[in-house]
Amino acid sequence: MRILVIEDDKDVAAYLVNGLKENDNVVDHSADGKEGLLLAASENYDVMIIDRMLPGMDGLSIIKTIRATGNQTPVLILSALGDVDDRVEGLRGGGDDYLTKPFSYTELLARLEVLVRRGSKSGSEKVTHLSVADLEMDLLARTVKRGAEKIDLQPREFRLLEYLMKHAGQVVTRTMLLEQVWDYHFDPQTNVIDVHISRLRSKIDKDFPKQLLQTVRGAGYILSEDS
Amino acid sequence: MYMVLFATSVFILMGFIYWATAGYMSSQTDETIEAEIIGLAEQYQRQGLNGLISVIRERVARDPNGKAVYLFTARDFIKLAGNISKWPEDGEVQEGWLNFTLNDGLGWHTEEARPARARVFIVPGGLRLLVGRDVNEFMAVKKLVERAINFGMGITFALAMFGGIMMSRSTAKRVEIINQTSQKIMAGNLSLRIPDRGTNDDFDQLARNLNEMLDKIVQLMEGIRHISDNIAHDLRTPLTRLRNQLENTLMNVERDQDRQNVARAVAEADQLLATFNALLRIARLEVGSKISNFETFDLSALAQDAGELYEALSEDKQQTFSLRVEKDITILGDRDLLFQTLCNLIDNAIKYTPEGGNIVLSLSNGEKELALEVADSGIGIPEEERDKVFQRFYRVAKSRSLPGNGLGLSLVLAVMDIHHSKVRLSDNNPGLKVTLVFPKKTNVPAALKNV
Repeated sequence: MRILVIEDDKDVAAYLVNGLKENDNVVDHSADGKEGLLLAASENYDVMIIDRMLPGMDGLSIIKTIRATGNQTPVLILSALGDVDDRVEGLRGGGDDYLTKPFSYTELLARLEVLVRRGSKSGSEKVTHLSVADLEMDLLARTVKRGAEKIDLQPREFRLLEYLMKHAGQVVTRTMLLEQVWDYHFDPQTNVIDVHISRLRSKIDKDFPKQLLQTVRGAGYILSEDS
Repeated sequence: MYMVLFATSVFILMGFIYWATAGYMSSQTDETIEAEIIGLAEQYQRQGLNGLISVIRERVARDPNGKAVYLFTARDFIKLAGNISKWPEDGEVQEGWLNFTLNDGLGWHTEEARPARARVFIVPGGLRLLVGRDVNEFMAVKKLVERAINFGMGITFALAMFGGIMMSRSTAKRVEIINQTSQKIMAGNLSLRIPDRGTNDDFDQLARNLNEMLDKIVQLMEGIRHISDNIAHDLRTPLTRLRNQLENTLMNVERDQDRQNVARAVAEADQLLATFNALLRIARLEVGSKISNFETFDLSALAQDAGELYEALSEDKQQTFSLRVEKDITILGDRDLLFQTLCNLIDNAIKYTPEGGNIVLSLSNGEKELALEVADSGIGIPEEERDKVFQRFYRVAKSRSLPGNGLGLSLVLAVMDIHHSKVRLSDNNPGLKVTLVFPKKTNVPAALKNV
């Protein structure tokens, strides 16, 4: 991936750049708002990470400016906890995702992954059918089958599985699940999501030789064919 | 108390005035009579019986409408001289002072009965001399004084009573104000101050001193809070770095045992960060910067969602989890914060309730307030500790062995504060009942009304 990081905090920037480079990404970094905007406007990136508070020009203005030029590159906004809570504002202002510092690297990586995939898929018509290995989901009839066997799911379990299948092969974190499946934004801290995952797992994986839904230690879950 | 003292002294003073006036007047009357008698006695000594009679006649004639009363009688009470016709019926015949009534029967030139005072003398030979005065005026004056004093006493008492009551009422009121204010302050509203009336009296002095004391306390508390917030803020960054480095290490560690250890270290760091974050979040909520996220949303749906999210966790612990949520209740507030708050409460309930227990999540639409309630059958919180659990890092003795940072309820309280709502803890016999009470009218925080 080609990633632009606009972040003035040296520690966070170094941590981001090093981490992302280690994961085989090409990373550009700017510590100044105006310089960052110049880079964002002139180069082609897969995803941009922009801090809200920057010298020169604030993060939201940068996003508004590049969006005004028709640039649809996904943007992940970083914000220090303590700025006026502004997730909604940030997302309305053109950001695609929002992460509050301090964040864990895996959380960031998982979110970037999702953003980039979504960006590359954008424009395709509505998906009505999802499948991972022999697990199939019909979004219109709202049915799920594993092989020939029909699986009964509760509405929330259905949405959980739908999200996992849409992001098959990607790590999804607990916070992401709570945001996307339950539509609430906070860090759950407890194993409450794990319980739902294990219930889902018992329905889609338990009686089958191949386990599709895996736990990624310290990060979250992944639904994948090859495990 | 002061009133009784005051009344007594007024009573004594008035009594003295009365006694002095009346005494002076009656002694004057007596002295006049004595003087007359001395005069008459001299005449008697000089001119004998006839002289006495003629002097009496002369005096009566000289002053027919006077106040002097004379009667000189023979042994059988037959009048020899004087200006009354016969011996007063209610009068004594012995020597000495005598009070009687002058009326027509005595041949006194008057329409009404008049009080009189006289002195009786037995003249040698069994003759009786009565020298007196009409004391009607004196009696009238005495009565007037009496009435004036009575009236004055009445008014004084009424005024004293009224003044006393007013004074004690205003004193009681001011003490009450101080009491109530202190109670509210003790209940947690440290920003309150005792009103200063500007009269510069003892109460104002007391109020000012108490207020200054409160200012100092607030300053100290803020200092402590500042330090803890600063620590949380300053330590968070290095702690994050540490955590991230551990996480990086985790990806490169080969041995399973090492992986587990590092993963545990990451989890510990996460726990620490969570504590710091909670502390900072509370600090920020208390400053009130979060209000910008207020929106009107379906509280019933929120309760439903939270219930559904935690039901599975509760069932895993063989607990009975029931939802009693009234439909279509909307509220103005921060949806994420309230969800987090409710999750926090449910999470606690599940944690502190043993296997096989009950948890009830309910939302009810009362007349004046909305009540969002989590009731469990767990270990509960002893009554004397219920106020303390809202303090940062406070943990109930019984639960110290269980995981937790002692910030959960502080956060709940802070969230409820920005919603201008309350948290109520009560006994669920057994267990704990936590009620989030949203008053219906004041749902809109003042800060938002101005937007």
